[in-house]
Amino acid sequence: MTQTLTPPQSSGAMGAEPQKTLWWEFFTFSVDHKIIGIQYLVTSFIFYLVGGLLASIVRAELATPDSDLVDPAFYNSLFTMHGTVMIFLWIVPAVTGGFGNYLIPLMIGARDMAFPRLNAIAFWLTIPAGMLLMSSFFFGPASTGWTAYPPLSILTNEHVGQVVWIGSILLVGTSSILAAVNFIVTIWSMRMPGMDLFSMPLFCWAMMATSVLALLATPVLAGAMVLLGFDLLIGTNFFNPTGGGDPVVYQHLFWFYSHPAVYVMILPVFGIISEVIPPHSRKPIFGYKAIAYSSMMICALGLFVWAHHMFTSGTPDWLRVFFMVATLLVAVPTGIKVFSWVATLWGGKLRLDSPLLFAMGFISTFLIGGLSGVMLGSAPIDIHVHDTYFVVAHFHYVLFGGSVFGIYAGLYHWFPKMTGRMLNEFWGKVHFVLTFIGMHLTFGPMHILGLQGMPRRVAQYDPQFAPINVICTIGAFVLAISTVPFVINAVYSWFKGEQAPDNPWDALTLEWTTSSPPIPHNWVNDPVLSTGPYDYGEEYREARQEAAIASQSAA
Amino acid sequence: MRKNNLISIVVIIGLIFAASIWYGRNNGLLPIAAGDEAMLYDGLFNTILAIAFGFFLVVEGVLIYSIVKFRRRKGDEADGPAIHENLSLEIAWTAIPTVIVMWVAIYSFDVYTAMQGTQDMSGMAHGGMHQTVAKTERGGMQMSKATLASANTDGTLMAGTLPGGTSDVVAINVSAMQFAWIFNYTDEIATAELHVPVGKKVRLNMTAVDVLHAFWVPQLRIKQDVIPGRETYLEFTPRVVGEYPVVCAELCGSYHGGMRTTMVIDTPEDYATWLKDQQEVASSDPEAIVASRPVAPSVMQMSEQEYLAGKVAQAGVDMHMMQMSH
Repeated sequence: MTQTLTPPQSSGAMGAEPQKTLWWEFFTFSVDHKIIGIQYLVTSFIFYLVGGLLASIVRAELATPDSDLVDPAFYNSLFTMHGTVMIFLWIVPAVTGGFGNYLIPLMIGARDMAFPRLNAIAFWLTIPAGMLLMSSFFFGPASTGWTAYPPLSILTNEHVGQVVWIGSILLVGTSSILAAVNFIVTIWSMRMPGMDLFSMPLFCWAMMATSVLALLATPVLAGAMVLLGFDLLIGTNFFNPTGGGDPVVYQHLFWFYSHPAVYVMILPVFGIISEVIPPHSRKPIFGYKAIAYSSMMICALGLFVWAHHMFTSGTPDWLRVFFMVATLLVAVPTGIKVFSWVATLWGGKLRLDSPLLFAMGFISTFLIGGLSGVMLGSAPIDIHVHDTYFVVAHFHYVLFGGSVFGIYAGLYHWFPKMTGRMLNEFWGKVHFVLTFIGMHLTFGPMHILGLQGMPRRVAQYDPQFAPINVICTIGAFVLAISTVPFVINAVYSWFKGEQAPDNPWDALTLEWTTSSPPIPHNWVNDPVLSTGPYDYGEEYREARQEAAIASQSAA
Repeated sequence: MRKNNLISIVVIIGLIFAASIWYGRNNGLLPIAAGDEAMLYDGLFNTILAIAFGFFLVVEGVLIYSIVKFRRRKGDEADGPAIHENLSLEIAWTAIPTVIVMWVAIYSFDVYTAMQGTQDMSGMAHGGMHQTVAKTERGGMQMSKATLASANTDGTLMAGTLPGGTSDVVAINVSAMQFAWIFNYTDEIATAELHVPVGKKVRLNMTAVDVLHAFWVPQLRIKQDVIPGRETYLEFTPRVVGEYPVVCAELCGSYHGGMRTTMVIDTPEDYATWLKDQQEVASSDPEAIVASRPVAPSVMQMSEQEYLAGKVAQAGVDMHMMQMSH
């Protein structure tokens, strides 16, 4: 029995008694990285529900070809806010702020992040950002898409809404920059003695790559936002052609951040998947170094692919060719990861509980998004489907099938650590099945819509597309319903769930060596690095056993 | 045993190949191809789709097989084998995709150059720098491989010609505004519907009067943003007679979804008749001529023209909204 490998549950690992955080502490300016991590996760999840509600209205409107449910101008606001909320207030804060903050110090054996107060400031910046964005529903929210291309965003009727939108992006952008600095310094300089870069868990590598990207790219977005704000507020002409400005320059600045942002949203999730698969399939991660390096390669390549969003914008020929080749190359490191995960599963003892189900669901759906990404990378293919539902399908396969599935895998995996309670496994499986079906029903048919000729961001469309749109709308409602079992399960389990042991999955990374939930400053004594992060497998059984005993006696 | 394994692997790979090639040829995902460029596009699309489908089958197949074969049986508390890596396997799954994507890049570039013609010279057309741009782009063409040069001949020649010059090419000035397209055939003829003759190269010189728009005909597989303050181009050769939608593909405001019109690919005779009819309509209705002038702006003198055109656009919007409310 592997049970013998872990220290007895009652005494608490390494002498630490599990310590529950009082509910009101989550509403304070806490500097504890674990509290901040949970603050990020809960806040962003609430915004996910808001974004999902907006998406449901969008899909309800699209159930019929005519613009008949909401006012067309408000429809544009709905998808604008949906995109903005999902990207800037759900996925980015959840995967970096949430999982990053909670896990990085625990995984590298540190007591906290390098700059705890900066960390808290970064979180508390997202609250006014979200409030600001939500408040714009009272006076006409931005309606020019999450891309806010000028001149439309300068000539827009929702003038105030657009300004508020810019302000909100600047706040979350600042938060993102602060968090990135914190992660880089923490990972680089606060690893415990004996942990070199190649004995870090892969999530740390992923967060390193993510933070470098966020740090290099976000300031450019901030610059673009400031200039756009000037155009809007004081009538400058940076991007306004009537005054000699150039709207295409905005697109370069915007995508210089916003393509890397895609990797900011997916790289930490790659890290989560690399953490979830080994303990649940009882095998070492396959090709550790290749996965670590591929994160860095995606980080490097990710900075040089932005103009593939602009193949139809009138970019010079050589530029299109350069960006096409760079974009297609991203498939290589991404492929390395996918193949390595599949090879990790191969021959394992798969414990098909919710974390692994979502992780495998991630691989199977993200794969589709990746393959359609290769198709889009080819400039001539892109020219036909650019700004169509094919692109909408592609990025939802990447961001929903990828990021959101990965977030769920992570939540099911670390919920016992974060709360000290187990989630209900049956409702976890129900959640997975509904999400998986809803996801493919909603976004799968969109590929066909785009190829056949339906543009994105429209409230009214050619009636020939109506049947497929009905399928998508039904799928969206299934997705909406699929969150119900999760929310109930999570809330109920947090208070009343079965007590979680310190290490319910027999996992080997350091966060499982402390109590569930961990005490402030994480360990009573210094943590001991007794095995590698992925030393699963029969061959290591004895070594692991010895290590467990050693760490127990050390405590 | 080993031999059996080898045989089954070979058989599976063969089946995956066959299925991918079949799906590439029979996916039925694209609408009909109505122009020469669309036919090139479809070849490329089907090839890349077949490759993607092959990878899809391999990975999903392994995942499903793993769920069935490697799921933990009740009471089995053992771990799997401690396999950390396999260098040759990792080299293979790095090298093979690299070769494939590079090949896709070259094939795409090939098709891209063949499809674009001179259209890409719009690339650097910043305002008045029109002529210089054409030269730069011609220089740029030499980057492309010799095998592609033939595909560019037309394009290179065209780069020096001003819009509307030669008789071989049907040049049409396109003006985009919230939420309508206007097609100017001559100074007199301005229409809301695009007519082009089958088999002749068509060149659209496009500009927008207010915000970004994008000209897209799904059956032609081509799309180009239409940008205020600069002129962009699109060239294509219509091949199949029929009626096709012209769609605005760049968010341009509340009624973006309603910014649609029709492109008719006519037989040469029908096209001539249609053009003649339009001429008559124009001469009997001087109002139309006045309205058409501002939306055929020369690239050089943008700002004032644009101002005028903006006024027209306002009127256009109102008319369109009225139609919408029915």
